[in-house]
Amino acid sequence: MTHGILIHEPDDDVGVAVEDLGAGAEIGVITLEGAPVGTVTLINDVPLGHKVAMRDITSGKDVIEYGRVIAVAIQGAPRGSHVHTHNIRTKRWTA
Amino acid sequence: MITPQDLTLTGYRRADGRFGVRNHVLIIPVDDLSNAAAEAVAHNIKGTMALPHPYGRLQFGADLELTFRTLAGQGRNPNCAAAIVIGIEPKWTDRIVKEIAKTGKPCAGFSIERSGDLKTIEAASRRAKEFVHDASEIRREPFPVSRLTMSCKCGESDTTSGLASNPTVGRAFERLAAAGATLIFGETTEVTGAEDLVMELCATPEIARQFKAAFDNYQELVESQGVSLVGSQPTEGNIRGGLTTIEEKALGNVQKAGRCTIVDYLEPAHEPRKPGLSFMDSSSAAAEMVTLCAAAGSVVHFFTTGQGNVIGNPVIPVIKLSANPLTVATMSEHIDVDLSAMLRVEMNLDQAADAALQMLERTINGRLTSAEVLRHNEFVLTKLYRSA
Repeated sequence: MTHGILIHEPDDDVGVAVEDLGAGAEIGVITLEGAPVGTVTLINDVPLGHKVAMRDITSGKDVIEYGRVIAVAIQGAPRGSHVHTHNIRTKRWTA
Repeated sequence: MITPQDLTLTGYRRADGRFGVRNHVLIIPVDDLSNAAAEAVAHNIKGTMALPHPYGRLQFGADLELTFRTLAGQGRNPNCAAAIVIGIEPKWTDRIVKEIAKTGKPCAGFSIERSGDLKTIEAASRRAKEFVHDASEIRREPFPVSRLTMSCKCGESDTTSGLASNPTVGRAFERLAAAGATLIFGETTEVTGAEDLVMELCATPEIARQFKAAFDNYQELVESQGVSLVGSQPTEGNIRGGLTTIEEKALGNVQKAGRCTIVDYLEPAHEPRKPGLSFMDSSSAAAEMVTLCAAAGSVVHFFTTGQGNVIGNPVIPVIKLSANPLTVATMSEHIDVDLSAMLRVEMNLDQAADAALQMLERTINGRLTSAEVLRHNEFVLTKLYRSA
């Protein structure tokens, strides 16, 4: 497999790991249609199904997946880092 | 590419003209007290199935009406050849019998007070035996896809659901809708963050308004409890699988509708009024939602899962689709359609929809699903509020 990350829209802030990925690896990113979007070097281990930052996401910024806002960043998430519940949060409901 | 018109579908023609894909004789208890008798009848008579549940006493208003509609709906479902209804007293029992009998299928009611369990079980078993003999002689016959009513729901979703398995159902539903099938989806809270996309799919502003009213109504119910759904939506399983927020989950969820037009809004457990995709107000809890779909007359169900929800239903076959390679490998006995090649980009969306439609055809024609073989018979009533 030439890719390890699938991305819904080429401009999304995050892509999805389609296998367990290890920190330090340079991972290919492609769209669902198979179009290459480049590569990203991972800062963290990212398990299958979890998201990877495709660009630097600063705290307080909206997070885009599916070309839509899915969350707001509550911590900075640099390119290549694991994006999950520790650094992004829903904008719809308060805990 | 498989078009639904090319599928060879066979089923059991019922008196009301609808087609079932299974041929159950159901034993339906009206209330919790009647479960023991219903299960005894099902034990006595081969080919019958009881639907035990914990409610049916001292309910009132919309909650009672939903329970009646859900119970009667199981008997009305085309997968049911005939039904026995057992209640503690005759009046509520008769209400359900009358609703089922409107379809023209054989239905008989029995009540326990002034007879006791044992006489009731004997009388109901004798009638059930006759029903089974008759049902066993009904033969499958071909039916067009335009006479198919089916439903979909996702559960224990993860990011693979939104990437692959849900869009697969969406693509299959687009083709089925174009072929004139009747389709149901729902999950009212689980479209939070994508409710505008659902409204855009609605055929008219009035349908969009009805959907939005149901959506807002449930959000207000949650707020009236002084809480939010954080901690419940997404579920811990969803989060383990990589989902982070309700918005992300919802954007994956609504992929199941594809680019179908939503032709109608339905209250819970109401039968669709027209072909095409209807939105049914419903819980996102898997067994509750599938039970409501069965009550609404769905005869077969597409259930997508990421992390491995194992749900089944006693009345309708539940076809499991998953694209998560870990789930497909570790829980293979639960998965009917393996879509994990989509993540490797070795299977495209149209090929995946073909695989789903092929399994739909086989299931309709009698192949038992994983959930059926594993005896997953989750039958769960939706309770709107506590009983009196």
